[in-house]
Amino acid sequence: MSLVDASSACPGCAVAPSAKAIAAREASDNGPASIQLSLPTIHCAGCISGVERGLAGAPGVRDARVNLTLKRVSISADPGVTAEALVGRLEALGYEAHELDSDALAASEADPEGRFLTMCLAVAFFANMNVMLLSVAVWSGAEAATRDLFHWISAAITIPTVMFSGQPFYRSAMAALRGGRLNMDVPISLAIILAVALSLWETSLSGHHAYFDAALSLTFFLLLGRYLDHMTRASARSAAQELAALEVPRAVRLGAKGEETVRVSELVIGERVLVRPGGRVPVDGRVVEGASELDRSLMTGESLPVFAGPDSTVHAGEVNLTGPLTVEVAAAGQETALHRIADLVAVAESGRANYNSLADRAARAYAPVVHLLALAAFLVWMWISGGDGRLSLNIAVATLIITCPCAMGLAVPAVTTAASGRLFRKGLLIKSGTALERLAEVDTVVFDKTGTLTTGLPEPDALGDHERGDLEVALALAAGSQHPLAVSLAGALREAGVKPAKLSDLSEVPGYGIEARHHGNLVRLGRASWVGADPITRTATYLSINGQAPVAFGFTDTLRPGAEAAIHAFREAGLRILLVSGDAAAAVRAFAARIGIDDVHAEVAPEGKAALVSDLTARGAKVLMVGDGLNDTAALAAAHVSLSPATALDAARVASDIVALGRDFSALGDAQATAVRARARIQENFAISTVYNVVAVPIALLGFATPLAAALAMSISSITVSLNALRVR
Amino acid sequence: MDVLVFLIPVSLFLGGLGLAAFFWALRSRQFDDPEGDSRRILTKDYDDKPKR
Repeated sequence: MSLVDASSACPGCAVAPSAKAIAAREASDNGPASIQLSLPTIHCAGCISGVERGLAGAPGVRDARVNLTLKRVSISADPGVTAEALVGRLEALGYEAHELDSDALAASEADPEGRFLTMCLAVAFFANMNVMLLSVAVWSGAEAATRDLFHWISAAITIPTVMFSGQPFYRSAMAALRGGRLNMDVPISLAIILAVALSLWETSLSGHHAYFDAALSLTFFLLLGRYLDHMTRASARSAAQELAALEVPRAVRLGAKGEETVRVSELVIGERVLVRPGGRVPVDGRVVEGASELDRSLMTGESLPVFAGPDSTVHAGEVNLTGPLTVEVAAAGQETALHRIADLVAVAESGRANYNSLADRAARAYAPVVHLLALAAFLVWMWISGGDGRLSLNIAVATLIITCPCAMGLAVPAVTTAASGRLFRKGLLIKSGTALERLAEVDTVVFDKTGTLTTGLPEPDALGDHERGDLEVALALAAGSQHPLAVSLAGALREAGVKPAKLSDLSEVPGYGIEARHHGNLVRLGRASWVGADPITRTATYLSINGQAPVAFGFTDTLRPGAEAAIHAFREAGLRILLVSGDAAAAVRAFAARIGIDDVHAEVAPEGKAALVSDLTARGAKVLMVGDGLNDTAALAAAHVSLSPATALDAARVASDIVALGRDFSALGDAQATAVRARARIQENFAISTVYNVVAVPIALLGFATPLAAALAMSISSITVSLNALRVR
Repeated sequence: MDVLVFLIPVSLFLGGLGLAAFFWALRSRQFDDPEGDSRRILTKDYDDKPKR
């Protein structure tokens, strides 16, 4: 306990780690501001100096350093310098840049556990090499005083090393024993400690056999497994944190001093914030001024934008489309509906921690057997030898060392590291340690529609059915708006070779549409009610030309690239595929027919999605949930394993085990295949370790095991297991 | 065999030196950006003084 107490000078910091971060931020208010930017496109030496020189020339920048491994630049600048200015400067130089929230990154910067594991590994490696060399002398026939000397030197190196480097195992074993359980670390710790203690005793009696080298190579190989495991998880975690840090929570506050940009955490209920078109609503609140349309697809799955005017309620996470809105804050930060749901997800997720990984199950079966075998060997040899404690203990310890799950400790981490690395290169981030194992068990896939299988950008269909004149007017109108439907329509018309008509007095009416004069006639493009049209059942925008019946431009959802390939691959693998959406039934049916899914559930409420997943689970299905919105988070958390695209809401990404970094979904089928293969490799590795034990245990029990045999067997089995794991790549 | 009295301490000391060098490198954050460092030596910007 004293170690823990000594490591933190401020007890409050240990309880609330963020206290340190807040204190640091307050302290840095007067000092240089530290800014972090993500640079996804840099790749070479030229980029490094280009970025660093470009930033060094910017006013107020004191220092800039690029980290190519993380594709980031950390800048220390005068307090007045803003990230936007630097992003603009880099983009002018041709480097894509995004601001990162330094507070969200602060936690990932320091990785004390990883550093400690590296230290332990280095010490174990150093000691192992030296003791091995000393052992070679003993094995090749050193005798009497020389052998004793070598044993004593080995002891002097081994004892401090084992005390230091073995800490990760002792801690975990103690925690398990306190909880009344057995895990893999209990036999490991016991084997290490007993081997060293027995060797010390043997050495003091100037005996022939000492197991110092075995104890050390055991420590080294097992630490290697632990290290691989930690590094895989740490790199996935830091990539996930970077995704979160890309969304800097800021709001434009309308105060007495006019507009100012502040952190969302500084907002107080009753204050007013301005939400510009294209921006995400930062708080829960009520619209005071302005009219616009809101994209709620991430929250509800509706693909159709909804109208927002004075007194409408808005929620954090919705995207403002057309006009500026002034919102009175009703709840901000942790109090928003968005955050409350994210908290619920955290609770639901803890249930998944009960998943028994293959390693746990193996340990549970294995640990008691090992201990009983060693104890039995001791008792039987006591009886055979007529009470020779030294001989019996030697044989018991040899059994314990030989059966120690050295290869088992490497069996899982080596495979997951290789498989996660392969999937990372394909743009899939494995956030949870057991996600691959769970993915391999999946037999049902549930897809969300909006934003998951579709990109959320609709494209106009059947443009050929409209008259040329209408299209020309529509293009001229649509080109004047930033509304996603208008942008998409204008793009499609331009591609079709339509020339815009000449219009005058073009003006956008936020929340309704856009209007202008064409040869003196009033022309309007926008909502059905505004132009006087009868709404059709699909997503559509309407054009009215004075005196004529309004025309509807229908839209269909754009398929996400690779979505069809993923569905095809899942079907080939024999999985059941469902489409569940909160969107209107007609839109969902049409989409499902297009992509080829028969099992469709439309207009499902968020609770309904989670209920559906739980229902499938209760009937014995192992569900993979793929979704992106707030309405999917509960289902994501309830599923056996879950996946979300990088464009998903923060809460959804937190709830999922796997995040797809690119826009493309075609790697999904491969991910499942890789997971199945990885599970097969893990099982093979366990089989290899078992076979090796079956051969080695009788030798140890009969008293023929020497330290040389133990060292050889251990190294060979560890290397076999690692090589087998590499076949996953 | 008397030479062992010198040889073993010397070899342990040299090995320990390597271990200490590794710790120093770890603590002075030399493993934070392996990719960037391998490229930086290709440019002339830092020939006079390495960038901190």
